[in-house]
Amino acid sequence: MMQPIKTIALSFAAVLLAGQAFAGATLDGIKANDSLRCGVSGSLAGFSLPDSQGVMQGLDADVCRAVAAAILGDSEKVEFVPLSAQQRFTALQSGEVDLLSRNTTWTLTRDTSLGLDFTGVTFYDGQGFMVPTSLGVSSVSELDGAAVCVQTGTTTEKNLTDFFRATGMSFQPVVFEGFEESVTAFINGRCDAYTTDASGLASIRVSNVSNPDDYVILPEIISKEPLGPVVRNDDGEMFDVVRWTVFAMLNAEEAGITSENIDSFKGSEDPNIARIMGDEPGMGTAMGIDDTWAYNVISQVGNYGEVFERNVGASTPLGFQRGINALWTQGGLMYGPPIR
Amino acid sequence: MTERTVQPHEDWSRPPAATTGAIGWMRKNLFSTWLNSAMTLGALYVLLTTIPGLIQWAFIDAIWGDNPPEVCKNVPGACWSFIYEKYRFILFGVYPWEEHWRPLLAMIIFLTLIFGSCIKPLWALGKWIIAIWVVGLTMVGILMWGGILGMEYVDQSQWGGLPLTLFLATFGAVLSFPLAILLALGRRSNMPAIKAICVAYIELIRGVPLISILFMASVMFPLFLPTGVSIDKLLRAVVGLILFSAAYGAEIVRGGLQAIPRGQYEAADAMGLTYWQKMGKVILPQALRITIPPMVNGFIGGFKDTSLVLIIGLFDLLYTTRLAFQDVNWRPYFVEGYVFCALIYFCFCFFMSRYSQWLERDLVKGQNY
Amino acid sequence: MTIQHQSSDVQAAAPARAAFYNDPTVRAIFWQVVVCGAVLALIGYLVSNALDNLARQNIASGFAFLDLPAGFAIGEGMIDYDPSNTYLRAIVLGVLNTIKVAVAGIIFATIIGVIVGVARLSPNWLVARFATVYIEALRNVPLLLQLFFWYALLVEALPIAREAYGPIMGFYLSNRGLNVPLPDDIGFVFPLVGLLLAIAGSVWLYRRNKRIHDATGETPNTIVPVLIMLVVFPFLGWVAGGFPTAFDTPELKGFSFNGGGVVSAEFMALWLGLTLYTASFIAEIVRSGIQAVTKGQWEAAGALGLRRGQILRFVVLPQALRVIIPPTTSQYLNLTKNSSLAVAIGYPDIVSIAGTTLNQTGQAIEGIAIIMAVYLTLSLSISAFMNWYNKKIALVDR
Repeated sequence: MMQPIKTIALSFAAVLLAGQAFAGATLDGIKANDSLRCGVSGSLAGFSLPDSQGVMQGLDADVCRAVAAAILGDSEKVEFVPLSAQQRFTALQSGEVDLLSRNTTWTLTRDTSLGLDFTGVTFYDGQGFMVPTSLGVSSVSELDGAAVCVQTGTTTEKNLTDFFRATGMSFQPVVFEGFEESVTAFINGRCDAYTTDASGLASIRVSNVSNPDDYVILPEIISKEPLGPVVRNDDGEMFDVVRWTVFAMLNAEEAGITSENIDSFKGSEDPNIARIMGDEPGMGTAMGIDDTWAYNVISQVGNYGEVFERNVGASTPLGFQRGINALWTQGGLMYGPPIR
Repeated sequence: MTERTVQPHEDWSRPPAATTGAIGWMRKNLFSTWLNSAMTLGALYVLLTTIPGLIQWAFIDAIWGDNPPEVCKNVPGACWSFIYEKYRFILFGVYPWEEHWRPLLAMIIFLTLIFGSCIKPLWALGKWIIAIWVVGLTMVGILMWGGILGMEYVDQSQWGGLPLTLFLATFGAVLSFPLAILLALGRRSNMPAIKAICVAYIELIRGVPLISILFMASVMFPLFLPTGVSIDKLLRAVVGLILFSAAYGAEIVRGGLQAIPRGQYEAADAMGLTYWQKMGKVILPQALRITIPPMVNGFIGGFKDTSLVLIIGLFDLLYTTRLAFQDVNWRPYFVEGYVFCALIYFCFCFFMSRYSQWLERDLVKGQNY
Repeated sequence: MTIQHQSSDVQAAAPARAAFYNDPTVRAIFWQVVVCGAVLALIGYLVSNALDNLARQNIASGFAFLDLPAGFAIGEGMIDYDPSNTYLRAIVLGVLNTIKVAVAGIIFATIIGVIVGVARLSPNWLVARFATVYIEALRNVPLLLQLFFWYALLVEALPIAREAYGPIMGFYLSNRGLNVPLPDDIGFVFPLVGLLLAIAGSVWLYRRNKRIHDATGETPNTIVPVLIMLVVFPFLGWVAGGFPTAFDTPELKGFSFNGGGVVSAEFMALWLGLTLYTASFIAEIVRSGIQAVTKGQWEAAGALGLRRGQILRFVVLPQALRVIIPPTTSQYLNLTKNSSLAVAIGYPDIVSIAGTTLNQTGQAIEGIAIIMAVYLTLSLSISAFMNWYNKKIALVDR
């Protein structure tokens, strides 16, 4: 009686284990699998959240797609792995995912002591507070004694404590594992204030409450939260590919190349554009990938501006302004080093 | 024990109160004493205050049909349009949209296997049941993974929703069974070292919450593997569930073993059977028969416990429900989502618990013929 | 049960010794060595991998972090804590929070479970149906889902702090939780001592009267002296303490209540969820325990002229208790372990705090080890206590 069960167990295990042991450098492993395993949050609207059809949507998810397009030539060859805040670094360290694109804040400790490297910033954020208008509070300095709703497992929780300790004010934290519980608790008045990244506050104010005017986002930003993709530090080529994929999207926006019009740039005389189009050789092979990598990224996923607008921009329910995430030419911080 | 004969001090000159019909029934069952009457009135009050409001919310004021989220704004009733929009996501998670017929079919096969195994006359098939399960599970595997017969390959990281919940529960239960038997035998063994190991394992696992085992599987386990080797998240969760339910299963099996009269052991020994012959051919067949109802109860517990895998980021039924109302357009309608999800869990668990109760009575009946 | 005669074809001449590898003692030792060796090898392999990985990834190990400042705030707890305290103190706080909810849950789950279990067998049709619906609805839905539901309900249904219900004798109820007044005078120790004395005296009196009842069949009055003690002793204490009147009452100040004590909404939701869920299981145990008492016992007690309530209390429940205790113990254990789901609704229990700790220090192994050690200790304590109680009430064979 036990024999067939054992057989099932073994075959089940064998199938699941297949292709898990990765071979040497990350980039070769991705090519061998013909698929990029990308760790995402999977539960944050605008960054990575499955839509009704079960397709992962969001800025973080599109970064995964762009990297897959650069390496494999096909933005659909991504396997999204949803990870909790606690799991994310272990999953990357152990090779369960090749790339972590999960609204992760770039800090010195994380960059140096976890065996990981941040490749750059795809979204500049900062932590802020939101309060009900009826409270009559206009500055965070008036929050002494407030109950504050916050989500656990994030830098937010620590920043909150640091901020109140630094200013010598008291507060009562109400800490939640899940996003929706924390927001629901705040809206129902369980807490006086809600804190998270400013982008998150804007989206809650727009989409979670019946009347946005009942809530104000306080002007102070208490921390810097640069969010970006992370790779293991055992593969320099992978690091370069991810970093330059994002830069290519920035450069394309700067040059006015979009997924719609990219084919009209074919055979352009401008050497800067020619290098993005892959017409001038050498830009991809230096990283161990195809020369048309940037073309693939832009044509299949779009430039940074398109990705931003599609997922979190003014036309979406989240309705973010570009702000500091605008290109450097428009007063923002997004700056793509030259592709040459 | 509740019927009372007419008390002597009652007024004999009046005609006897109705003891049959609706009034008699009410007298007997609802208003037999003043305490009973008070309880009845209290229960009626609770019913009257909750049920109409619930019906109003769920049916009368509710929005039905495939509507955009704007229609539900400021409506006092339930917004079932949310379920219309999201039910496929809740049921199948991130499985590719065009391929949803595959998990659906796989689920049907799976449920047929489970329901079929519950039908007692079919138990006569004996070993064939196992063969049918193997064939069925192979078909389920082919359907879910694909990659052959022109079906697109779908990685297990994309599995989700109800099929995932069912798989986790079933594999957790089925695969833990052999381990549970070994542990139970080990615990009753007269080799001290083996007994000590089994007792330590069982008590350790039973002493900690499942959440810590899953934490271990997700955060700690990767650190225990050699560099460069990683095991799939789904497999880690299944292993965690197996290790967890094996400890509980072992105690159930031990109960069954203890219920077998000593004479059976001695008779088997007297016939010169080896340990494994004795256990495999004499003791276990009897012991396992007794343990079927508690095993089904254990399975119900395991089925509900699979909801905890959301902590390690697997898209089980509860997690897909929660993700469905993460969608910024549908965030206010989480109650509808939870109700839908709770109903699914309830249907399965209720059926199984009724089945186990029936089985228990049936087995008792079988013993007394 | 060891088999003495291994070889059935014993030769007529010298009683041939079985080959040494067929000797059951040798075999037993052999298998034990093999199994122990395999288990040790597996553990050794995993540990060496872990050490290797930790060293390679520069992850610190050991429990030195316990002495470092935690740096995160915790919403509620029974001991003083602020973010500059150590991780150790934070973890102790978490353990106390877990114990608090587990104890409260066990007490109330038992009460509700017994009531519902008895109600399920009630002759009142409506009440019995109610109990059945309650049991089936709660048993068959995952606890995690129920916790989400209760928390959402509490936070939605109760008013915000500024519109709190109350004050009723200094108590306020809002979606922050229940704010209660606390005595604020050292003199209040005396009435407390008086109350304890009264309870001790009541227990002594109850036992003494029971002994008299068992020996002589007389029933000395217990209720009246107990009530007198419960009123008089604390009052005397209050007098001895110098008539203290100062109460630290909660007051709405700034954002929320200052002063007094608070039972937070998170605690209430978790407690409610755990209690009602576990009660549905205990109710079933109680029901089957009562049904395990044979019908003859009911009929005999009925023939003696006892009322239904008396039959339950004096005849059926004491017998049913022996069937009820062992499965109830495992429900208590389940409740304690299920309290680990607190993290989902924001109650700072040990899992929540150890989780934050392992997230901040990156020391996953130590964090999980702490969680497991805490629950193991709690589980073993509950088991030990219930085993002691079970032995105490076990049927004494005469």
